[in-house]
Amino acid sequence: MDFNLSKEYIMLQRMYQEFAETEVKPLAEEVDETEEFPVETVKKLARYGFMGIPFPKEFGGEGGDVLAYAMAVEALSKVCATTGVIVSAHTSLCATPIYEFGTPAQKEKYLVPLAKGEKLGAFGLTEANAGTDASSQQTTADLEGDEYVLNGSKIFITNAGYADTYIVMAMTDKTKGNKGISAFIVEKDTPGFTIGKKEAKMGIRGSATCELIFENCRIPKENLLSTEGKGFRIAMQTLDGGRIGIASQALGIAAGALEQTVNYVKERKQFGKPIAAFQNTQFQLADMNTKVEAARLLVYKAAICKQNKMPYSKEAAMAKLYAAEVAMEVTTKAVQLHGGYGYTREYPVERMMRDAKITEIYEGTSEVQKMVIAAHLLK
Amino acid sequence: MKIIVCIKQVPDTNEVRLDPKTGTLIRDGVPSIINPDDKSGLEAALRLKDQRGAHVTVISMGPPQADAALREALAMGVDRAILLTDRAFGGADTWATSTTLAGAIKKMDYDLIITGRQAIDGDTAQVGPQIAEHLKLPQVSYVEDMEVDGQYFIFKRMFEDGFHRIKVKRPCLITTLQEMNEPRYMKVGGIFDAYREKEVEIMTLADLDVNLEHIGLKGSPTKVKKSFTKGVKSAGKVYELAPKEAADLIVDKLKEKFII
Repeated sequence: MDFNLSKEYIMLQRMYQEFAETEVKPLAEEVDETEEFPVETVKKLARYGFMGIPFPKEFGGEGGDVLAYAMAVEALSKVCATTGVIVSAHTSLCATPIYEFGTPAQKEKYLVPLAKGEKLGAFGLTEANAGTDASSQQTTADLEGDEYVLNGSKIFITNAGYADTYIVMAMTDKTKGNKGISAFIVEKDTPGFTIGKKEAKMGIRGSATCELIFENCRIPKENLLSTEGKGFRIAMQTLDGGRIGIASQALGIAAGALEQTVNYVKERKQFGKPIAAFQNTQFQLADMNTKVEAARLLVYKAAICKQNKMPYSKEAAMAKLYAAEVAMEVTTKAVQLHGGYGYTREYPVERMMRDAKITEIYEGTSEVQKMVIAAHLLK
Repeated sequence: MKIIVCIKQVPDTNEVRLDPKTGTLIRDGVPSIINPDDKSGLEAALRLKDQRGAHVTVISMGPPQADAALREALAMGVDRAILLTDRAFGGADTWATSTTLAGAIKKMDYDLIITGRQAIDGDTAQVGPQIAEHLKLPQVSYVEDMEVDGQYFIFKRMFEDGFHRIKVKRPCLITTLQEMNEPRYMKVGGIFDAYREKEVEIMTLADLDVNLEHIGLKGSPTKVKKSFTKGVKSAGKVYELAPKEAADLIVDKLKEKFII
């Protein structure tokens, strides 16, 4: 068992860090404050290959792997969780299902521009009454001649409005429950497809989270992903992979908060000495660092399992469950160690604490991760 | 167009800390980087490649660890990377280094050779001009901008208080300034290619057309007598005086300290 990263990953980490520090970090506060989607950053991400890391070159990707992708989301989230989730949702939730389930024609038409970063991707599963209970889909897709007609709406969709390509789940046969759900590729600007309300959120405020509305939205029959009735399986497998992305985001947020705190406690003086000199501070930092490192090992392990085509559903659930809890705990402690300043927007740990919370909720709540882990244990 | 860029791997001086006891540099654990002036030269070559097509070769003399700097250049987009490494090259001063690099380059085809102005660990600014002398090439140092004009290049050569525009026929050598451009990042796929698909070619003494007497420690005319850390200076004092009075004051102060 070798815990050492090979030279290429060390070089990737260096490149990610340079990019994140120079191009992403200076905008993080403004992106949070203004709730503006960082359009220019996404263009730069595309230029340097961040939008297609795990896909083969023949599909416009970088020829990398899942670990390299996870490290990218980690490095970006360390300075800006909004930027991290843009890459994660795009890669894990939109490009990956097309890569894993698409026909050669679908890959050529949709995956190639997504992997090159020319197009941005999103994924629509959640509905007002179908959150954790994803099988209660109300959105329908009826085959009429050569077209499916979509009706219904989706909520809380990441990258909505800025994405060009959407993976959308809809019922093709309501009588079959889960097995009646199908997955579709929907292009933006398709007549009948509009973007609804944009959510005002606690964290990841620059990320666009909106409603998708389908009113007699006609899409060509060939935009069905896989076959009718496979949508639920596609969604579950996609979310298994997505958890690696969100776990990486959570890991990055925690690592970023720890770094900020280590710097702060060396500078901040109370009772005539830096607060780093107090044992309480040292013990808190030791706990934070240990947990960040444990989360990192779980995240990297899940990424390597997926990369090696080994079972990874449980590993991804554990990575997300733990990394999200660590993100919440570490950012909360980071704010505490910053004291009153930590509660102000003068320091980034306040933002990081707000950003951390969502990692316990989206792409499967922590409770769902426990369900997944227990189901594997008891099967 | 064929371009050769010479790069040096150097310790990142932003990360170098001083040993508080000895006052010497702590080099352990300091990351190595491509020398900044060289990296801008590399970027200039890659921009020519992007704009008009060019084949870019990057070459470095150094220990086997310099492989990382060459892989970084590959990940940025160069076509070929060569590492000159051999125990016989060790301990080289600027003369022996330039002799070795020129020994490799003279076997190659080129329109333009680019070196950085100077390395942040040595600051000599000698290797580039010396390579040009070895190869009998026209050279332009301190280049901050360049354009191609048929078989000629037009370079902007910087001075402290101005610049020259110099038109030079190919082939030639230039030394570039860090201020010339903002080098690109490596590309994610470029890093994978650099390690999984491309190779760093290794050249040893046997591959070069050089005289053994002129390379390595033995071929280095520079002899370092002593390395030491500069002592702490006392605080300076600023006098606001007219030039003539200032000159008198300087003479008085120097006499006071028995310097003159």
